[in-house]
This record gives sequence, structure tokens and C-alpha cells, in this order.
Amino acid sequence: MNNWTRRAFIGAGVITGGALLVGVAIRPGRRVDKLAALVEGEDETLVHAFIKIDTDNGVTVIVPHSEMGQGAQTALAQMAADELDADWEQVRIEEAPAAGEYALYTIGRGFLLKDVDLPKILIPTVDGAMMRVADSMGLQITGGSISVRVTGMYGMRVAGAATRDLLRRAAAAAWDVPSEDVETNCGQLKHAASGRTARYAEFAEAAAQLKPTYTPTFKDPSEYTIMGQSVERLDLPSKVDGSARFALDVRLPNMVYATVSQAPVFGARVASLDADDALAIDGVLAVHRLPETGFDSSIGGFDLGESVAVVASSYWLAKKGLQALSIQWTQTGHEAVSSDSLYEQFAETLSSGADVVTDTATGDVAEAGARAAYGIEATYRVPFLAHTCMEPLNATADVRDGRCELWVGCQNPLGFRHAMAAVLGLEYDDVTVHNQFMGGGFGRKARADWATQAALLSREVGRPVQLIWSREEDVRHDKYRPAGMSQFRAALDDNGRLLAWTNRYTNKMDPPDAPLIPYAIPNQDIGSIASPTHVPTGAWRSVDHSQHGFFTESFIDEVAIAAGRDPFEYREQLLSEHPRHLAVLQKAARAASWGSPMGPGRGRGIALQESFGTIVAQVIEVTVNNGAVAVDRVVAAVDIGFAISPDGTRAQIESGVLYGLTAALYGDITIENGAVKQSNFHDYRAVRMSESPKIETHIINSGYAPGGAGEVGTPAVAPALANAVFNATGVRVRELPLSKATVMLSDTDAA
Amino acid sequence: MRKTLAVNGEQHVVDVAPDTPLLWVLREQLALTGTKFGCGIAQCGACTVWLDKQAIRSCVTPIAAVTTQAITTIEGLAPGPEVLHPLQQAWIEHQVPQCGYCQSGQLMSAAALLAANPTPSDEDIDQAMQGNICRCGMYQRIRAAIRTAADRIAEGGNASE
Repeated sequence: MNNWTRRAFIGAGVITGGALLVGVAIRPGRRVDKLAALVEGEDETLVHAFIKIDTDNGVTVIVPHSEMGQGAQTALAQMAADELDADWEQVRIEEAPAAGEYALYTIGRGFLLKDVDLPKILIPTVDGAMMRVADSMGLQITGGSISVRVTGMYGMRVAGAATRDLLRRAAAAAWDVPSEDVETNCGQLKHAASGRTARYAEFAEAAAQLKPTYTPTFKDPSEYTIMGQSVERLDLPSKVDGSARFALDVRLPNMVYATVSQAPVFGARVASLDADDALAIDGVLAVHRLPETGFDSSIGGFDLGESVAVVASSYWLAKKGLQALSIQWTQTGHEAVSSDSLYEQFAETLSSGADVVTDTATGDVAEAGARAAYGIEATYRVPFLAHTCMEPLNATADVRDGRCELWVGCQNPLGFRHAMAAVLGLEYDDVTVHNQFMGGGFGRKARADWATQAALLSREVGRPVQLIWSREEDVRHDKYRPAGMSQFRAALDDNGRLLAWTNRYTNKMDPPDAPLIPYAIPNQDIGSIASPTHVPTGAWRSVDHSQHGFFTESFIDEVAIAAGRDPFEYREQLLSEHPRHLAVLQKAARAASWGSPMGPGRGRGIALQESFGTIVAQVIEVTVNNGAVAVDRVVAAVDIGFAISPDGTRAQIESGVLYGLTAALYGDITIENGAVKQSNFHDYRAVRMSESPKIETHIINSGYAPGGAGEVGTPAVAPALANAVFNATGVRVRELPLSKATVMLSDTDAA
Repeated sequence: MRKTLAVNGEQHVVDVAPDTPLLWVLREQLALTGTKFGCGIAQCGACTVWLDKQAIRSCVTPIAAVTTQAITTIEGLAPGPEVLHPLQQAWIEHQVPQCGYCQSGQLMSAAALLAANPTPSDEDIDQAMQGNICRCGMYQRIRAAIRTAADRIAEGGNASE
């Protein structure tokens, strides 16, 4: 049953603000039926592009974000359901199809307009324009901690409130009463004076015929019944009984398995290939060279080097086949590159001082430096990092008869659809992407390189192929968190006050504010210099914040120590213009009993980093024994504005802390002879249970716009840890991972 | 090679190369996809199943090494179709999973621990769970959930039936 008329769609579209129908309003006609067909089932009425109400009063929230563990789908459903006054027990979640209609033009607005407080009247126009941009860019991405703070705030709440308003007015018309007298509660409409009640479902069809108001009224936060509650995540029951379907679990008729080998040195091509031994293995079906290709896009683009794939009746046989191949790779000129040579290159780049891209320049650092009582300098460096999602990269493709179907767990389904079309030379409409749960994402699964290989292979063999990367391939062909170097110079007066802060670092990526500091320092000069390498890089949980948190929060600690001050109190005094940051810092310090005595070999460090609209401070306690650092306790204070699901927020902070801790303690992708040295969890370690600290999360609902949760727990970990190690040992760690400092720390212990 | 496997109380006949790890037999031949591939070298624990209530890494267990032992996978952990194992229950109460990919292995390791040692100390838990990596970092919740389940079993539940 499809009760939507073109007029109704356009009408609904005009009011929905950040919701999807705005775009439809601007492009009426052909999109309408297509949209309904994508999400409308039998006996259901589509009330809104994000919300579906069916005949048994069940509410389906259609979420245009992927689930990689962060719980965003549940949080977004909470936002829509609360404004709708739905019965939470009857709320279901459906991931939006990878269709242009679900392109996140709201992201475009979030990115482009930042904190601009747009007049409501202009929102539909802006969104209409943004939708075109988003669709053409393939923006249906889950990353940048945008789900709640952009899609939720601009999309889900609007959708919920608009739908509720339509239902009230539909009931009011039928009952012949004023709509403001129709109350809503838990999926029910009620007119108190006459005693009439109805379920939402009864008026869904009538509501669809109404012309919605321009600006639906939002609830006051005091009226929230679902937002702000720690609801159980809707995806968890399937994740405790093995029934959750990840991409690796896709099974198709006539499907075969494949695995792949890429050049150890990035960019090399196949010089020679002998596949005879592989093809002699019973069950090995084919060996294919996959061509060099790529996808040019500002978001989710990638270069894919040449590779060799083995197709077999099982993954195990494909892997054996791969091991039996004899492949020679061409020389690229990068065979002598090592981590050490790259650090030398970075140092040269920074000392050149040329081609600086300035992030901020206030006051006059040279003049301030000239009148300073003293200055301090420090250089920090961090290695490349792999993501090592628990689920190794895999994708299942069926490319036949000019069509491509792809089953994949990715952060960017629409981008993947565009990428498949581009690489295969197909029409966009001939590509379908079925997005699955991701066994971790962390930024890696926004780029379609591996999925492209699956599609190319399926086209070669003419049947469905499940391509699985070995863990070794996954570690050695990541899009790595960039290695980097950061140099600081600070100028202080004779009272230890900071006069100037100068920072030069390599290879700026995103987001732009990552190297900025909240501290009141009158003269600042912060900027980057590009120092390209042949190692492919990409977003890694918290992106540039993951490096800059370590750089800036280590250096401010060093400055405090040089000034003879307590690192917490020193920061406190520099935060007079940032009351939110100050409150977060103080909360963490107090909760951790900052200043209380600690035993021998023990130490405490603090760090503060705002990222993705959320301010996080952490205090970490360590014990250092014979050079071994044990992390005992992490206390995090988090101003997230408003936590949609407090327990979900806590879980994300715990997760971000552990992810950052693994990186700070062990994370090291070393380049040797142009290639990655590490290969699996034995040499690219992850923190395990016995090393896992007690984590306490203190949430501050400051009432500001909700910030991100998925990434924000990570940036402060490394600096708080390094500062704690300094506090315990007097050894300043300026290079990660911490495991590299073991010898240095042992010497200190002995002394 | 053809052989008969006893998986979750049912007999299955499979025909695979003898060096094929049990993991891939479960996933590809028997469509028991709850058991996951994470590393292939017994480093991460995502592939953990039971052989006669011993937690083993199925990614490095060749099918030839499996004889008459009873194999239990995550699909066979719950005592019945509508009943959860106390650990599964506790996992939901503590909202343990995030991405969820490692959780089958975590649960099978934890269940083997409680079957052998219903009142584990923190050190026992750390030791039993040391082979299971969670990249979402939910160790604190896993530890708490194991405690909850152990307490409940002590009050009269049953860890292994």
C-alpha cells in the first residue's frame, strides 16, 4: 500500500528541516516512488523518510549510518522515538539502503557550515542544495563522530517531531477537536476531554495526506523520556548467540572463496608470476592478476595496487594456493625506505621551515621570544598505526550480466556503490550494496579498496566470490594512521607564564582543529609542512587528534614542569577563557584524587583534548617496575553536551581509552626495506584483559549540543600515560609506542 | 577426507582436506558462522570453540586432529532455544558487545572457565581470558559480566548444561 502522493512528499519535504524529505521536495517526481519502494513493506505506510509506522503500531527508524560497534543506530533511534513519543518497546531499527536518497547531506552541512546557527527558514533550501552535493560525493559515511551530533540533531529529532505533529493533527481532524488538545504518549494519541484514544497506526495514513508545518516543535530536554536513558542496545541479543551477520558470514549459492596477495612494497607491480603449484592443489579454481586501479573521491577515494588472487572452494585452500604462488614484484625506488629514514626525512622537512601551512598565528612569537626569560623546546614523534579491526577485511561480490551486488561491512556504503560503478565501468543504478555489521571499523572501512578486489574477481570468475584478506594482509596493507613528527618551542617569562607557543608538524590531515590548544597563550604560531611518503594513510580513530593529543598535551606538561608548577594547576590557570574545558579538567583531577601521595614507582598524569565537539580529560595512574609500565587506572571526565545514552557513552569512552592504550603501549607499524614489518597480533600487539586498567567515566551533561562519542576517548590516553610515566620515573617519553622506552625506563629504575 | 563430527549434539559428515582447520569446516561446510576468523594463528581467540568442554582455537586445529570429541560452538552454548546461558544473559545486562565480532570467542572461553571453575578469582578470569582480544576494549565489562554469571550460577543456575 503506497498512500504517498507526489504532493504529499513535496509538502512533507518542505518542513522537515534536516530530514530527508527536504531534498525530495526539491527533486520531486521520480525519486518519490523509488524512495518508498526502498523502505516500505506490505501493509505499511511511509510517514517519513527516517520513520516508518506499520499497522501493528511498530515504529521503524531508518538509520543512514553503519553499525561498527559504536551503538549509534540505537542512539539515533532514541532521538527520533523520543520526539515522536513512540513506545520504545515497539521501536525497531533498519539500516538505510545505500541509495542516493539517503546521502547524508546533513553531513555536508555539518562540515561546511560548522557552528553556523542557521535560521530555520533557510534550512530546507540549504539542505536541498547540500543533498545534491552529498549524493554526488557518495556521502553516506559513518565517521567523524557525526551520527548523533549531525544526523541525530538535524535529522532524527526533526523527523520524530514532524511525524508526531502530523499524527496529532490527523487525529484532531477526525475527532473534530483542536490539535493542541491531542496529547501523545508511548505511541498513543489521546484527547482527554472526550476520552478518545488511538494508536499512532490508526492515523498514519491520514497523517500522510497532511501538509506538515514548517518548524515542528521540539521537546524541552526536561520532557525527554527516551533520550538520556541508558537503553539496552537493540543489536546485542544477536551478538551473544552467534546469529549477528557480519560480512564474513554471507553465504550465497554457488559462492567460492578467495584470498589475495599485494606487493610488500607499496606501489610495486607483478614482475613475474608462476601459479602452476597453486593450480595443482585440489580445490584451487583459478589464479588472477588484479589490475592496478583506484577511485578518485574526496571522501573514501583510494589507490589500489596490482595484486594476485587465488580462488578456491574454501578459504583454506585459497590460502594454501596463495602460499604456493611464486610472485616477483617490480622495484619501485622505495626499497630503501625505513621508519628511521622517514623520521630523518620528517626532521629535514621541519628544519627546512619551508612551505608552512598555518593553522593559527596570533600575536608575534618572535617578539615574545626575544623578551622571554627562558624557553624550552621538544620534538615528539609517532609511528604509523594499523587499525586491526577484529574482522579482517572481506567482501562478497556477485558481478554478472552488467550488474554488481556487493555484501560488505563498511562505513561508507554509498561511497562503495560509487566506487564499484567507477571501477567496473557500470552504471551507478546497476550496483547494489548490502551493508552488514562491521567487526570493527575505526576508520579503515571507509575506503573500498578490498571490496573492489572482490568485485573484479567475481567478474573474472562469473560467480559470487567471498574475498577474505588474511590478518597478515590486513596488517600489511592498511591505510595507516600517519607517522609524524611535531616540534615545539615555548617562551616563558620569569614567573613561568607562557608568552609564546610555536609548533611545526608534518602532514596535516583532518580535522583542522586537531593541533589547536585551548590555553590562553597570547602569541601562537601553529602550522604544518607536508612530507609525503609512499605509505598509504587514512583515518584512524580520532584521526589527527590521535597524534596531536600526544604532542600538545605532552609539551604543555613539559612546560609546566619547566616552570616548576604542578601540571594540573598550570593547565587550570590557562583555561580561564574556556570554562567547559576547565570544568572537565577539574572533574577528572578531583575524581582521581589529584595530588594525593602515591607509592614508589607509581605516578599520575593528566591530559585534556577536545575532539568532535566533546571535551575529554583523563588522569592515568601507572606503576613502573624494571622498565615495565602497568596501567592501573584511567579516570575520564567527558563533557559531551548531552549524552543520548549515558551507558552507551561510557562504553564508547572505555573503548576509545583501550584503543588509545594499545596504540600508546605497543602500536608500531615499522617500515623496513619499504615494506611493513609487522604481520599479526603476535608482533602488532593489542592490550589484553590482564593489562586492562580500571576505567572510570564521569559524564558531564553541560547542555551544549551533543558531541561525538566514538572517537573522543582516544586522544588523551597517550599523553596522560606519558605524563604519568614522567611523574613516576622522571623520564620524558617523546616517542611512541612506550615499549620503545623500556630500556630508558629500566635505567631510571636502577638509578 | 570424509569424517563424522559431533557438533552441538548433532552428527555431521564432512569431506575436506585433512589439514583444514576446524574453523573453516564449521563456517563453510556446516554454516555455523558464529565462530569467527580473526588471526589464523591462535593469537586472538575469535575462533574459540569447545572440544569436550576444553576451549580451543579452531583456526589452528586441523580437522584430522578431531576424533570423537564433542564440539560445541556459540550456537550450542545456550541450554535451549528460548533460554540463554547465564553468561549470555550477563553479557546483555552489562551491555558487553560493541562490534560483537570477538564475543563468540569471549563467551566460549568464559563458559569453559566457569564450567571448570565456577568461582574464579580475578586472576583466574584474567588468565582464562588472556587469549581473547577485544579491539573494542570491553574487558572491564567482560570481567564484570563473568562475575555476575558466576554469582548467578552459585545461586543455583548451571554453567555448562
